[in-house]
Amino acid sequence: MIIISRLLAKLTGIVLAILVIATINFTLVHSAPGDPASVIAGQSGATDEKFLADLRAEYGLDQPFLVQLGTYIGKIARLDLGYSYRQRRPVTDLILERLGPTLMLTLSAFFLSLIGGVTCGALAGLRHGKWSDLAISLVALLLYATPVFWLGLMLVLVFSVQLEWLPAFGYSDMRSDSFGPLAYAWDVAKHLFLPAVTLGAIYMAVYTRLMRSSLIEVAAEDHVKTARAKGLGEAAILRGHMLRNAALPVVAFAGLQVGAMVGGAVVVETVFSWPGLGRLTFDAVTARDYPVLLGLFLVMSVMVIAVNLLTDLMQRLIDPRMAVN
Amino acid sequence: MNETLRTFLSRPAGIVGLTILGLVCVVALLAPVISPGSPWDMAGMPFARPGEGGMWLGSDTLGRDVAAGVIHGARVSLLIGVSSTLAALAIGVTMGAIAGFSGGIVDLIIVRVTEVFQTIPNFVLAILLVAILTPSLTTIILAIALVSWPPLARLTRAQVMSVSRREFVHAARCQGQSAVSVLVRHVLPNAISPIIVTGSLTVAAAILIEAALSFMGLGDPNHMSWGYMVGAGRTVIRQAWWMSVFPGLAILITVVAINLVGEALNDALNPRIARS
Repeated sequence: MIIISRLLAKLTGIVLAILVIATINFTLVHSAPGDPASVIAGQSGATDEKFLADLRAEYGLDQPFLVQLGTYIGKIARLDLGYSYRQRRPVTDLILERLGPTLMLTLSAFFLSLIGGVTCGALAGLRHGKWSDLAISLVALLLYATPVFWLGLMLVLVFSVQLEWLPAFGYSDMRSDSFGPLAYAWDVAKHLFLPAVTLGAIYMAVYTRLMRSSLIEVAAEDHVKTARAKGLGEAAILRGHMLRNAALPVVAFAGLQVGAMVGGAVVVETVFSWPGLGRLTFDAVTARDYPVLLGLFLVMSVMVIAVNLLTDLMQRLIDPRMAVN
Repeated sequence: MNETLRTFLSRPAGIVGLTILGLVCVVALLAPVISPGSPWDMAGMPFARPGEGGMWLGSDTLGRDVAAGVIHGARVSLLIGVSSTLAALAIGVTMGAIAGFSGGIVDLIIVRVTEVFQTIPNFVLAILLVAILTPSLTTIILAIALVSWPPLARLTRAQVMSVSRREFVHAARCQGQSAVSVLVRHVLPNAISPIIVTGSLTVAAAILIEAALSFMGLGDPNHMSWGYMVGAGRTVIRQAWWMSVFPGLAILITVVAINLVGEALNDALNPRIARS
């Protein structure tokens, strides 16, 4: 029963979020300078009066505001995100074909940053006050303040231009799959490495700082002292009594950062020409292709909500207490 | 207050941060004096290496002086960082104070809206806002404020709720003071210090968002900014590293300085947390 009511609460939350996002989208279309129809058309159709009139009829732009909002939400419910008059394709298709690379990039950066941050933070926390703690904390402080696009460019400068170890941009160099799926996967992985590290590094810095202070706090707790008093080795104390407790707030926080991470992916994909939603966003910004931008905002928001559910689940796996509450 | 100041100045991080930040502010204020003329004007040969032709940070693809751009860019970064944070504070503190003080259905609605705004990808919303409302200083400040207020609202709400339970607030209520007066004169002044700390860190985040927006080509076209410079130099990074390295360093240094100041402020204003 508890599970069902929790699930219902979650579902209403999600529906509410999507409604709010749709309303933001719609309000934006209306608050833009000029005619809403020309916003929907993007700049391409702004000159053709007949075309604009057709759009007005399709979106019911002569109707009262609330009726229009209803029409718009109805379209979204049917997965119709509008039409890109620039690319001459439905927005839903454009977004769907770019979804894979973005998920790949964001998820690898997410796990990279979480694993790296928890490890580095634990190392720094254990050597609290020693030089290795100082070094890790300093690097984290600097990384935390680095603009993500600049970090990407610097990594390109070092690893692609100077050392020539990794490709600077793109998804794959292979024109055909005649090299076999394994070679193709290796090629994509090589292209994924720098973007994932760039996006992950910034968040790794955040998690490192958090894990460090969290571990220092846990280390001072009574149950750790008890474990030490009963003669348990340091490694066993760390594994059995400290890591899980210290990592909990980090995982909870990481879940909240996914939205920011998707935003970071937009910038990283722009730097590395990674063919995902971010690159699509950049192209849509450059072309002022508003239907694509509006659709992207909606889809990325839904993506974040989905990942939030996932991290919620992860927390439950780490912390059995949460399953009860 | 004296104690606060002493704690702040006893932190090396605070002094280092404040010094760097002071320097950046001086550069921003005196930009027309240090580097007269428009940073958009051609100053020499395009692709001049640092030091060449009297331009100590080199020139960009159109022969504009990179150093002049870095100096003038400080103005936009600081202006947008501070004003968007003030706007975010205005929205966040108002929402949080109303929610925390009134409770009930009003609180529930504000909390839910804040949660939604915190889940949606901030930067994507900022892009959407600026792109549709057309890029200018005002729309950029508005967009950054609209994506930065939720954490401030949550914090204010929590602070107001905890302060409202204290005895002096009950006393003020018993005296028959109006709700607004109790909130503004007794609750908020005692709830404000962590909000100031978070606000200072919001400035740093706002500068990073502005940089990313102008990197994507959504900066104010009338003002030179660091993000724009990195974006413009990006395509020629193989031939000319200096065009993107220096403006990026300027962002990094400014943001580090603000974060250091924020951390020292935290130690000074929240002594209980600092001591543990």
